[in-house]
Amino acid sequence: MTDNINSNSVNDNNGIKPNDINNGIKANNIKFIQGNEACVEGALYAGVDFFAGYPITPSTEIAELLSKRLPEKGGKFIQMEDEIASMCAIIGASLTGHKVMTATSGPGFSLKQEALGYACMAEIPCVIVNVQRGGPSTGNPTHVSQGDINQARWGTHGDHAIIALTASNHQDVFGVTVDAFNLAETYRTPVILLFDEVVGHMREKLIIPEKGELPIVDRLRTSVRKGVDYHPYLPREDGRLPMSDFGAEHRYNVTGLFHDMWGFPSNNPQVVRELLHHLVDKIENNVHTITRYKEHYLEGAEYILISYGSSARSAIHMAKNRRERGEKVGVLELQSIWPFPEAMVREKCANAKAVIVVEMNMGQVMREVKACVDNPSKVFLANRIDNKLINPTNIKTLLRIIQGRGV
Amino acid sequence: MAIKDYIRQRYFPQMWCPGCGHGIILNSLLRAVDELGLDKNGIVMTSGIGCSARISGYVDFHSLHTLHGRALAFATGVKLSKPELKLIVPMGDGDALAIGGNHFIHAARRNIDITAIVMNNRIYGMTGGQYSPLSGPGKKATTAPYTTIDNQFDVVDLSIAAGASFVARSTAYHVLECIDILKKAIQHKGFSVVEILSQCPTHYGRKNKEGDAAQMLEFQKNTTAKLDSKALENDPTLIPRGIFVDIDAPEYCEEYDKIVERAMKASQNSKSEQPLVNPLIQQSCVTQ
Repeated sequence: MTDNINSNSVNDNNGIKPNDINNGIKANNIKFIQGNEACVEGALYAGVDFFAGYPITPSTEIAELLSKRLPEKGGKFIQMEDEIASMCAIIGASLTGHKVMTATSGPGFSLKQEALGYACMAEIPCVIVNVQRGGPSTGNPTHVSQGDINQARWGTHGDHAIIALTASNHQDVFGVTVDAFNLAETYRTPVILLFDEVVGHMREKLIIPEKGELPIVDRLRTSVRKGVDYHPYLPREDGRLPMSDFGAEHRYNVTGLFHDMWGFPSNNPQVVRELLHHLVDKIENNVHTITRYKEHYLEGAEYILISYGSSARSAIHMAKNRRERGEKVGVLELQSIWPFPEAMVREKCANAKAVIVVEMNMGQVMREVKACVDNPSKVFLANRIDNKLINPTNIKTLLRIIQGRGV
Repeated sequence: MAIKDYIRQRYFPQMWCPGCGHGIILNSLLRAVDELGLDKNGIVMTSGIGCSARISGYVDFHSLHTLHGRALAFATGVKLSKPELKLIVPMGDGDALAIGGNHFIHAARRNIDITAIVMNNRIYGMTGGQYSPLSGPGKKATTAPYTTIDNQFDVVDLSIAAGASFVARSTAYHVLECIDILKKAIQHKGFSVVEILSQCPTHYGRKNKEGDAAQMLEFQKNTTAKLDSKALENDPTLIPRGIFVDIDAPEYCEEYDKIVERAMKASQNSKSEQPLVNPLIQQSCVTQ
């Protein structure tokens, strides 16, 4: 029994071969780096050329590395006066046609929420990295947590939809970062990368794919010619909205107010209703294409561990161990958290005796799982909230209790 | 071109109250742009929230109507990512210096090439007349029924201290002077601040018994004087108007271009020095 990688999964070289060099991989493409650095490599691969940020543990390495790497390729880096300003600056830079990113952690993520909502409303592609640390408030800056799952979903005010991705190893950090840029461009939306302190600071191997190995979605620009009316907020038949760069021939208005197809403010009830539906539907109606996950030892599993980020590493380790002893334990690793992949989770968990959500918070993903499976009473939480990485023994102890075997 | 060629007539009439000074300032601004002969495609007008911020929707430039106080942060992203664009940022007094105060001083400190226009009517108009950091003490507002005790900022002093390389002040009454100052501010390389005293007869004027729009304009005329003028010398309590600072200083985007040049050079040098094969592997091959 080996890892099964779902086709939606971002890449499949989780298990790194010992002789990569002989397999034609250039030595310079093999790195031994931090997760935060893997995120930077992914962003550069995806074509990021503008970053605005503010120092905050444990995400600072992303800003530090991009301050060196971006000008090397003619891109721009700016350290803004605060977290709010960095979020605003990347939105401004996206409008001139650039791929943009910012990175932060808990308190900074709170500060970015208003502008994040602006990017949702004005439909401006951007990527926000949140390397999660213990919270609330200043919390535990140097230690791990996964407590911002719901903030990523509901942190900004008003109804809206959001995309949030996560990863448990550096190859996947690279992959989901590339994916985040692609989804941001495809759906004209902010995309949140929910990493955590352990993944961000841990060092492991990363193989940087050759150019062309992973698909890259570029900015979709309007084909409307000069002198012909361009409607920045009139979706095409496929729901996508081609953009026009600030500085190009089409001049239009961008606002955080409800707006018509010209981008001009409107409080017409029909305009308001239709825009809100559009903002939510463009993402919620595409859950199946946005859903990303991995299966580990899931075939015939009686006990399914649902996990993500660094927690998933412990869950996978434990499942492997149990399988070797003949126990039917498997892991469903989520790589897209929002929109929550309800249909997939329901289907995968249909025949499980118990579903155990392994996470480092008080049950934020567990609540989503309970809401979507056929029998919520079979869903349990295996968590740690002391800002220490949950370990396989923690999970095993709980599993034995659920199985009625005692500790 | 005629002024109407610079506006989006589709969205008129504008939403400002009768007698508001903001329309006069918009007119001055468009005349300044026209006299400079600027390409409409080369201008991005970025604004925050408030009465003044609505300007951006009415002009036929690229326009970005953003969040309360954050216009300069958005504008910084636009400018740095595409320095060939001209950034004009109209703001109200609360927008620029209360919620947006931090962005204001830091944009000035960087000396990034953005023109910030503070349309100072000394009140929060859109929310119905609350006092602002520019109201000053002893004024009435809906949140100061017993009068204000807060001191006000001096926009000019603050901008100079923060590092703006062009700082000026005028009023809605002095239309021709405004056009002239705005032209110079837009042409200036670096962060330029133009404070324009505006009138809000609906809220500030009514609460503080300063009369109607005409009387408030008259007040702007009578309580201000040109820099270095006899009138100012005779009565130092008058508010000085004119250009206070206009200096050449390193501009942020140009300085960043130099960083890009250095980084590119350094990266090319290190690439040419880099071995094609990992030295550790080479070594192990030799040992074998």
